[in-house]
Amino acid sequence: MQDAVLAMLAKEPSHGYHLHARLRRSLGPLGESMNRGQIYVTLARLERAGLVVCERADGLPERPERKVYALTPAGQQRVAAWLAEVGWPKPDLAEFHLKLAAAAAARLADPVELVAAQRRELLRRLREAQQAALAEPAGSGAGLLLEGVVLRLQADLRWLDACERAWSRVDDEVEGA
Amino acid sequence: MNVSSAAVRACGLVKTHGQGQSRVRAVDQVDLEVPQGQMLAVMGPSGCGKSTLLHLLGGLERPTDGEVWVAGRRIDTLSERALARMRRRSVGFIFQAFHLVEELSAAENVELPALLAGRSRRQARRRASLLLERVGLADRAWHLPSQLSGGQRQRVAVARALVNEPLVVLADEPTGNLDTTATLEALRIFEELRTAGQTLVIVTHDERVAATADRLVSMRDGMFVDDARLAGSPTRGLGGLIGLEG
Repeated sequence: MQDAVLAMLAKEPSHGYHLHARLRRSLGPLGESMNRGQIYVTLARLERAGLVVCERADGLPERPERKVYALTPAGQQRVAAWLAEVGWPKPDLAEFHLKLAAAAAARLADPVELVAAQRRELLRRLREAQQAALAEPAGSGAGLLLEGVVLRLQADLRWLDACERAWSRVDDEVEGA
Repeated sequence: MNVSSAAVRACGLVKTHGQGQSRVRAVDQVDLEVPQGQMLAVMGPSGCGKSTLLHLLGGLERPTDGEVWVAGRRIDTLSERALARMRRRSVGFIFQAFHLVEELSAAENVELPALLAGRSRRQARRRASLLLERVGLADRAWHLPSQLSGGQRQRVAVARALVNEPLVVLADEPTGNLDTTATLEALRIFEELRTAGQTLVIVTHDERVAATADRLVSMRDGMFVDDARLAGSPTRGLGGLIGLEG
């Protein structure tokens, strides 16, 4: 979030409310829960870190004076470094994988049932994301983001199918022995 | 359960294929009730019996044992003629391979079941043009199937399935032959049918198709192993999907 807010300031110095509006536009329905307070908290942190400076601008007659935020040279460097970065969020599959193994070893729960419960949860999320994606007009930026969410959930669901097959086989072997 | 509220109902449904040693239970003691307006998806690996189940529900095949009810009427004991009439009036089918008549235009394909059900030529034509518009193919009405893409052909098939205002639409792997773009178009149409309250049973491999449904049953070896309600569950909001909250 910090990096994204910082990078938006690379276009031009901005008010907090303007940044909030731009973020909301890019995220569409995914950003509905975001409030303006989060932006101001982020901007305050960036200011303390010396990455942005805050100037008071003359307000319009009907509006009070507003703060305008701008990148410092250090902020500009950080934006450049962020753009060049190829880091990628790692899906946390190991935790679920270990949950299945531990549940089976301790006979605490049936791994096949755990997979089924997880599958139901992901399908509900997929349904929600897909309905939102289909409601977006063609060419919408938020639609593209939602498509990414949908594709990841789909990949996770396929992995759960593989988990189900593997743990069902373990069951069959135990029964057969 | 109130029998009349169910569009489709099956109890103790069994279908076996083959004889003696090679006898296989494709559908094994299935009980199912699809209320009117529900969109149900059936998922499972190939050979789990899901297509056979769909054929039994739509009266395309007869069960070895058990009962099938459509619109409050038992159908597995009907004569061939009565069964064919029931299918024409109450059920719309959508198949993986589209099954359009290649010699007929898109509009004529959609009109055909309406004419067979005894509607006038004019009524059939009006209904077909309305439905082709609804699936976004008004400008392709006079094209032959061979002049249409896979996605467009499947949309013609959807329009055809709806032409007699069926109580229930049964779809067997409707996106199985479609590319990603055409699948998205199909998803849009299914989502629209769901919102319009059309009762729909879809057999599918595709998680995305399944996720348009209100309810999902999973099948293994002819039996239901899971029955999940996807609609109306409390969620943490869309922001939770990208880690903005939750």
